[in-house]
Amino acid sequence: MLNISNLNISFGHGSEKNHAVKDISFKVKRGESFGLVGESGSGKSTVLNCISGLLNHWQGTIKVDGVPVSQKRDLAFYRKVQLVFQDPYASLHPRHTIDRTLKEPLAIHNFSDINHRVEKVLREVDLGSQFRFRYPHQLSGGQRQRVAVARALILEPEIILLDEPTSALDVSIQAEVLNLLQDIRKERNLTYVMVSHDLAVISYMCENCAVMSQGAMVEMISAKQLKSGNLTQNYTKQLFTASKGYDRAAIDLFQDF
Amino acid sequence: MILEEQLLQVKNLNIIFPSPKGDVHAVKNISFSLGKEKIGIVGESGSGKSVTGRSILRLLPPYAKISADKISFKGQDLLSLSEKQMRKIRGREVSMVMQDPKYSLNPVRTVGKQISEAYIVHRKATKQEAKEHTLKMLEAVRIRNPEQVYRLYPHEVSGGMGQRIMIAMMLIPDPSLLIADEPTSALDVTVQLQVLAILDDLVSQRGMGLIFISHDLELVSSFCDRIIIMYGGRIMEVVNAADLHKSTHPYTRGLLNCLPRIEGGNERLSTLVRDDAWLDADFSAPSVTVSG
Amino acid sequence: MTEKTTTYSSTKEWLLTDTPASALQAAAGRAYLGLLEFLKNRLAVLGLMIIVALVFVALFAPYIAPFDPILTDLKHRLLPFSAEHFFGTDELGRDIFSRIIWGSRLTLYVIGLVAIIAAPVGIIVGTVAGYFGGIVDMVLMRITDIFLAFPKLILALAFVAALGPGIENAIIAISITSWPPYARIARGETITIRNSDFIRAIRLQGAGPIRIISGHIMPLCLSSLIVRVTLDMAGIILTAAGLGFLGLGAQPPSPEWGAMTSSGRSYILDHWWLITMPGTAIFVVSLAFNLLGDGLREVLDPKSDN
Repeated sequence: MLNISNLNISFGHGSEKNHAVKDISFKVKRGESFGLVGESGSGKSTVLNCISGLLNHWQGTIKVDGVPVSQKRDLAFYRKVQLVFQDPYASLHPRHTIDRTLKEPLAIHNFSDINHRVEKVLREVDLGSQFRFRYPHQLSGGQRQRVAVARALILEPEIILLDEPTSALDVSIQAEVLNLLQDIRKERNLTYVMVSHDLAVISYMCENCAVMSQGAMVEMISAKQLKSGNLTQNYTKQLFTASKGYDRAAIDLFQDF
Repeated sequence: MILEEQLLQVKNLNIIFPSPKGDVHAVKNISFSLGKEKIGIVGESGSGKSVTGRSILRLLPPYAKISADKISFKGQDLLSLSEKQMRKIRGREVSMVMQDPKYSLNPVRTVGKQISEAYIVHRKATKQEAKEHTLKMLEAVRIRNPEQVYRLYPHEVSGGMGQRIMIAMMLIPDPSLLIADEPTSALDVTVQLQVLAILDDLVSQRGMGLIFISHDLELVSSFCDRIIIMYGGRIMEVVNAADLHKSTHPYTRGLLNCLPRIEGGNERLSTLVRDDAWLDADFSAPSVTVSG
Repeated sequence: MTEKTTTYSSTKEWLLTDTPASALQAAAGRAYLGLLEFLKNRLAVLGLMIIVALVFVALFAPYIAPFDPILTDLKHRLLPFSAEHFFGTDELGRDIFSRIIWGSRLTLYVIGLVAIIAAPVGIIVGTVAGYFGGIVDMVLMRITDIFLAFPKLILALAFVAALGPGIENAIIAISITSWPPYARIARGETITIRNSDFIRAIRLQGAGPIRIISGHIMPLCLSSLIVRVTLDMAGIILTAAGLGFLGLGAQPPSPEWGAMTSSGRSYILDHWWLITMPGTAIFVVSLAFNLLGDGLREVLDPKSDN
């Protein structure tokens, strides 16, 4: 469904040049959920931005459904690939009601039956119709993220890119949103590419994941390997230990990578 | 645990924020006490945990209404102090580390100057002494090249380094209580743990009290001695960190169960079913939950 | 899903509900909260009241003014205050009170037209420059800078001198000199908004630049622009009055406040009310706009949010 090979991108020029993504390649099957794990500055979100079309000076190949996408995207691409942002407090227009936020993409793509679609997608993300005419500031973080998911779903895409969709949310809300994302994936047979720094979330959501550090891929592991702690690279092992909670003795053994 | 010295005692703290849609009772009737130990306040957003931390230092906006039977620090009633007396407590006796170091440091002054100023203000030392102490402190928070970091501006340091600098700045007047409000939430896991290890070591070496405010129950349970769990402005329960997983309180259980686990399966995560009855149940008596 | 039919016991409840049933109700609720915030600022309310009074006076000028503002009556020239002539009469025996009443129309006409011309030009230039950046930004902002480089009154004078005196030309001249600051403000706001997640989100939905600028960026620039325009109103009134004073604005015998102060100048020592009355009118209305602008800033400006 999604095929990335030798993706490269750098920012800045000359001595300031920062090679943010170095030769990343991976494949995601239809209906699969693929994770990108790493710490801040590892380039995981940058990969997502290249795929989504937010960044367009990358090199390499990105194929969606076997068709290579160009640097400049057309409307048809946006109907196939949608992105859910990390921070639900920043990703909704503060002066637009939920209703307007959801109707806008439908208007851009000339969908018919707009009202019906808005109602349907709100039901799908478990938000009642009483939320429809609220402004974002009248919603909680979890409700906002549901709206953001609804906005991504409303164009009926096949691939959804998830950029740390729950890292700004409380744990109890995180569980609800993760459940929702899993349900929708099953129902619509969606393909996910999910960025996260949280190994537990990746282990729960994804079948395979790539571990990234400083723009490069450290290793590619399956969820099974992750669950059993069967890791080969020291970097991944350290990340794994750190995710287990505070352990004074283990911390002294940490290395810088 | 028997506490030989009560550092901080809070009794029946109430905080109300007025708003056009009616008053918001952010914190209701909470009581707790603290000795030379690491205590964690855990709760979701809106649980009142940060507001509680700030109210101790009276750092809330002026329209907030704070009332309490008692907020005493080393026997001194903080609520009755004048703003001038309060300034002596802040920083000198009780320090606070906030979530994002970038917003807490002055962007146009070097970090070294800011830390040594904190020392000069509270200790009335000379510049030379202050600089020596600052370098020592930077070393204590495990910054490898303190001389170089001393001359950096806040935007030139990474998040983890920035938070270490904040901790150095907050600890240099040698306070007896440190309130850390989500000090590591913006950091990567490994860096987060390294910063916590530094805090941990300093707290045990200097015999300080630490209030660690966080949303991360697992992290707090592995780091602190006792945990206060807050919900809707009330204390749900106070447990010893070691006994957390034995807790029977429905809210605590709910929080623990909804976390995905690395080694866990892919079945649906259980979600937290909130119960308004929790709010009215009485969990406020501190002595009930501190096991001897 | 259960449909709840909610009944509201009062209008206030309808406005403050957390579950508005239509876009209209949501907007009304939002406006109501803004109004509450605004009403807290007494001075701003005072400013608003003066402006409302000004509009009222302008609308009903023929009914309020006791005399014809341009009818000369040389028998009764330079009269002081009396029950008949509240503010006295001028050198041609015209009732000053009536002239001020009628003059409010000209004042409103000037500031209204300037706002309608200058604000949209400023916001369009600013948002377009800010959103596209690069060469577009360069060209548009350099043009803006050229206009900003001249002192406002001098530039307006030059334009009026070229176009010929008269109130319409004064309005055009003032508009041409007022839009650059608005463009600067709008550009600044746009640059901070441009890279926010919600703009990225709509780009990823396939929206084009026109839709993004008009539907997503402009509404957010609008509030700080309204504040700025309101605060500028005072300056516009003064510039218009200044042009009138110099004889380049409204032409005699029309009762423009600036022109009135100008012609009253020669009588300032013996017949002070000729210049003081229109001067006070200019002062009161400028102050009212300033107070209103300050109040609006507290309500609308996102930077002073609490």
